[in-house]
Amino acid sequence: MISFTSPIRTIAVLILAMAGAALVHAEQKLLPAQSDIAFVSKQMGVAMEGHFKKFDAQIAFDPAKPETGKIALSIDIASATLGAPEMDGELPKATWFNTAKFPQATFQSTAIKGLGGGKFEVSGKLAIKGSVRDTTVPVTLAQSGAITTASGVLTIKRLAFKIGENEWADTSAVADDVQIKFKLALSGVGKL
Amino acid sequence: MNTASVSRRYNGFSIALHWLLALALVGIFSVGFYMADLPFSPQRLKLYNWHKWAGISFLALTIVRLAWRLSHRPPALPQAVTLAMPGWQMRAYQATHGLLYALFFIVPLVGWAYSSAAGFPIVLFGVLPLPDFVAASKPLAELIKPWHEASAFALMGLALLHVAAALKHHWMDRDGLLQRMLPGKP
Repeated sequence: MISFTSPIRTIAVLILAMAGAALVHAEQKLLPAQSDIAFVSKQMGVAMEGHFKKFDAQIAFDPAKPETGKIALSIDIASATLGAPEMDGELPKATWFNTAKFPQATFQSTAIKGLGGGKFEVSGKLAIKGSVRDTTVPVTLAQSGAITTASGVLTIKRLAFKIGENEWADTSAVADDVQIKFKLALSGVGKL
Repeated sequence: MNTASVSRRYNGFSIALHWLLALALVGIFSVGFYMADLPFSPQRLKLYNWHKWAGISFLALTIVRLAWRLSHRPPALPQAVTLAMPGWQMRAYQATHGLLYALFFIVPLVGWAYSSAAGFPIVLFGVLPLPDFVAASKPLAELIKPWHEASAFALMGLALLHVAAALKHHWMDRDGLLQRMLPGKP
């Protein structure tokens, strides 16, 4: 009821609210050193595990009220490595990730549903290489001391994001299914 | 032709394995030779995997072949042939066969180790994961690679020597020795 309060009071309340929100944001932080985002693709049946070395997350999440939570994840695509130099040299190319044009992959949550027992279902938009897909991510939270670990596995179709074009669209060489395995260590998340 | 010398032939299973593995050897070697310099492509990826699957199959069949050979003694060389062979030829004949068998094991096993060391475990026919008996390690892979290549060339060299000797017996000595390994009526 802004019309019944003085403008100065309104502004003060807004500033306080923003400061409070900022405080909550500042509290919840990703701990990169203890986090990992891996991707597993299959080359003629041979599982090849790669990792993204640089990523960041903005999290505002209260386990008691998951539906009000927001999660935003950004991955520095150029940091992808399969551990083999001859393959790592290929990943940034236009056929694969085209990192020059699409340096980041992002996930932005649209809805979070608590399933009980520390399990959550996070729906959102996954954007890689200029393609955006609605994705549902199963997340399990585990807490140890001040650290909350969010982990999960999801399978995406690489061709839905044009990862591997032209001759590399051949799924008999590299399977369409790619598993994303993540483990994000967070500080400042409320008790489960 | 001395018919007495051709009366004792290898058995059918030995003959079948001999020619199957002879064809496989030429095929696997040729693919290996061709694929090594290919640029990064799905074709290279496929050839590498086919080469590995074929190499492992070759190894498995070699085990079967050796077990069969140990349980079914190959026919002795005809007396006419052994009498005609100088001592050095007899020793070369025995050494060639011994080394061929050794390399039938060494070449695929070293290739398997190279694949593991290079960080590409072998998944036979894309479905059966094989164990890695060496750890994934770039320096180890670089160390092993030339040995797979060298042993493969040694195997091909010995196989060519074996073919040359068989043809010498067939065309120059005309002793019918080749008949023992040719498919056909006993």
